[in-house]
Amino acid sequence: MLMNVVSVGLPVDEQLTIQKNRLQPVDNQKKCKRVCIVTGTHGDELDGQFICYELARRLSKVPQQLKGIVDIYPALNPLGLDSIHRGIPMFDLDMNRIFPGSENGSAVEYVAAKIIEDIAGADLCIDIHSSDIFLNELPQVRLSRENAPRLMPYARLLNTDLIWVYESSTVLEATLAQSLNAIGVPTLVAEIGAGMRINTEYGLRLTDGIVRLLHEIDILQGEVPAVCTPGLLSEGELCLVSAEASGVFVPAVCLGATVSKGEHLGDIVSPALGQLQQRVTAPCAGRIFTLREYPVAYKGTLLARIFKDTVPA
Amino acid sequence: MKNEIIYSLQSPYRGEFKIHGYRFGSGEKTACIVGAIRGNEIQQLYICSQLVNTLKRLEQNGAIASGREILVIPSVNHFSMNIGKRFWAVDDSDINRRFPGRADGEITERIAASVFEEVQQYQYGIQFASFYMPGDFIPHVRMMETGFQTSSLAALFGLPYVVMRKPRPVDTSTLNYNLQKWKTNAFSVYTNETDNIDEKSAALGLGAVLRFLMRMGIIKYSGHGGYISSVVQEDNLISVKTESAGIFRGLKSPNDEVIHGETVAEIIHPYEGNVISRITAPTDGIVFFTNNRPLVMENTVVYKIIRRLHI
Repeated sequence: MLMNVVSVGLPVDEQLTIQKNRLQPVDNQKKCKRVCIVTGTHGDELDGQFICYELARRLSKVPQQLKGIVDIYPALNPLGLDSIHRGIPMFDLDMNRIFPGSENGSAVEYVAAKIIEDIAGADLCIDIHSSDIFLNELPQVRLSRENAPRLMPYARLLNTDLIWVYESSTVLEATLAQSLNAIGVPTLVAEIGAGMRINTEYGLRLTDGIVRLLHEIDILQGEVPAVCTPGLLSEGELCLVSAEASGVFVPAVCLGATVSKGEHLGDIVSPALGQLQQRVTAPCAGRIFTLREYPVAYKGTLLARIFKDTVPA
Repeated sequence: MKNEIIYSLQSPYRGEFKIHGYRFGSGEKTACIVGAIRGNEIQQLYICSQLVNTLKRLEQNGAIASGREILVIPSVNHFSMNIGKRFWAVDDSDINRRFPGRADGEITERIAASVFEEVQQYQYGIQFASFYMPGDFIPHVRMMETGFQTSSLAALFGLPYVVMRKPRPVDTSTLNYNLQKWKTNAFSVYTNETDNIDEKSAALGLGAVLRFLMRMGIIKYSGHGGYISSVVQEDNLISVKTESAGIFRGLKSPNDEVIHGETVAEIIHPYEGNVISRITAPTDGIVFFTNNRPLVMENTVVYKIIRRLHI
């Protein structure tokens, strides 16, 4: 059932409307749990679109097995999604930096406040992101250190390659996930793939993970999908590879590859001169979980992240 | 005057990106002024260019105080300015949301780190800034309430208002906020324009900075005494919002007085031309901010009013 979360008039003959699809049990709806699946905060992140489709498709086929409410919010930034715009068109701030919003703020801050109001009270929320157009990411869950103890049991079930526990930053207080965690809605951030495309393999994996999690918290019955055990990444196990020269990055490895220290990761080349600007090598052994997707690179551009260890979460 | 390169970066296709700094006087690092951090801050670039021109003349006349050094960085993001973009040309990130930056981080973090490393050495940091909401302001000085702010110093600019803002999480990566956290007295000076040059308010902004430098004993300069600034808490400004979307017909400008219930704007039906909504002032006061876009969404803040408590 499609429902409007918030609707705001646009100047000429149009509404900015954020919708959710409510999937609910056939009976006993009043006392049941509620899970929210949100995505599309950044208009260039499209993996969540496939995951919403796949999850809605699977749940719609087994309405009798649904024991709680699943609210799917496929497009928190419909104008951005429709216009291939990461942010909200004509608005300066990243939408994921304005939560919890404000009823008395700008139109966009008002929309953010209404989204929070709608999700408030849910038993769990999963916020799905892709990377941007510049980086490609292995499926991962990102948790702030302060929220990790509470969220880790859920994160382990999401069928991702790793769980990244990072130090908190004040800026992140303004994200949807942090704002929801602050009001008592346990919220996980899942990140997969790259911007402006859909990786169906990763999408299916994360959908399996969401279904597994729905079983775990008694919202869904029936067949339980198998999920993998993620590695646990904290700052000490993270190794960054940045460009030391400007040029075009030509990778020599694939995302997910396990590399040894000193192994060739790619080259930065000068197309005009036909010269090698930098031979990029791995500063440590481990697994590449982030890899530069957009080839043009300046000095300082992030080329890869390597997960040094493989401690199971 | 010494023209130095604060930061440089080789681009794959556009040659070398260089951030210039103009130093005046020598000795104690006293005041640093930063212009355009965003690519559309043309007014901010222009005011800085006029400041460099004025300080050059003052230095030639021996009017920079002995043992005091001033640094002016007119532009931090001209790679975006040259191609008509507001944010960083490559990845569309906002350099003014990257402070204090990281010397080993992404490009905009490196740019921010290099600028911050310079500016935070100075006793006073002044930025010609633009706001995230498009519109016109009464020229004012803005400070973040970080616990290190001093509104009485901000009043020395002699602009009509000093606005104190309680920082929100999104502010914590701005230059102004981080300078204060690092014990530099940080001020953001707002004039009327961003994308275009408004000579009148540019002169006001330039005069305000020169007045501040003069009052702090950094330069010898004789100019207009300016205003006795009123200090306003941003949270106390009254927001006036649209109830309908459409074409915005503003009837008030910054600095105009309004009375409670007075019509301050009309929303016009975009096809049929009739007035579909009248916006009235919720209080007596003075218009501090006005929207300057012709089209408005529902729930858009189109005015901010300083409430008048005593008539």
